[in-house]
Amino acid sequence: MEEKDVYAELSSIRNLMERSTKFISLSGLSGVLAGVYALIGAALAYLLIHNYPGSEPYAFLQDTAVVWKLCMIATIVLILSVLTACWLTMRNARHKQAQVWNPVSKRLLTAMSIPLFTGGFVILIMLAKQEYTWIAAACLIFYGLSLAAASVYTYNEVKWLGVCEVLLGLIALIVPEQGLLLWTLGFSLLHLLYGGIMYYKYDR
Amino acid sequence: MSVLAVNDSYDFNSLKELLQLTDGNLASHLKALEKESYISVTKSFIGRKPNTQYAATDLGKAAFMRHLQSLENLIKQHK
Repeated sequence: MEEKDVYAELSSIRNLMERSTKFISLSGLSGVLAGVYALIGAALAYLLIHNYPGSEPYAFLQDTAVVWKLCMIATIVLILSVLTACWLTMRNARHKQAQVWNPVSKRLLTAMSIPLFTGGFVILIMLAKQEYTWIAAACLIFYGLSLAAASVYTYNEVKWLGVCEVLLGLIALIVPEQGLLLWTLGFSLLHLLYGGIMYYKYDR
Repeated sequence: MSVLAVNDSYDFNSLKELLQLTDGNLASHLKALEKESYISVTKSFIGRKPNTQYAATDLGKAAFMRHLQSLENLIKQHK
């Protein structure tokens, strides 16, 4: 075999190994957009909290209407981010002529769903028990863990994003008063940053 | 073999999409690999649709490693 044939074959072997084990259609742009949605949501939440009448700092938490509105904002941000991610990732897959639904993506979703759904239930239980102190921390930590779990099946950057989210979540446990700020940093700033990096690196 | 070396198992249709081969072409390659006992075949049904999973055998993985080794040796020879 000629030398260049050897390199070509090794390159093709490596390519097949990567394509069959890593999900390459993930859209970085969806990360950027998720960051934007989170920023808008956080701004709305901030206005809601700081325009609450009275001088008691956490009085708004006793008002179920306000709590309900905050939950709605968070849920809408979540749904919009997920829908955008799905849509852009599918578009990306078509562009790269890859399948969106293949053994890799199935493994990715399975791995991701355990920490994600656990986190979801933890947050719901906290809301039901009106234990609001740790909600922002829980959001960040469980989201970071699910990203770290998913990263095995896709780009490495996702792992670092997950680690950063967990770190912010831990800080939120130490300083729960800054919950909204840390939540904003985690879901907005980090997504804008990582989404931008991934878009620059992989989507163009 | 590259795909099966890094995945526990892979099904026929996903292999077809990944490798961009026709049914017949892929099937004949898989038959040859099966004949050498390099891969194992597991046929089942998902609902009413047939599903065939392929996995590398220990023999197959060893043969693949030898192949990579010989490629590596060829590169070293040329240096």
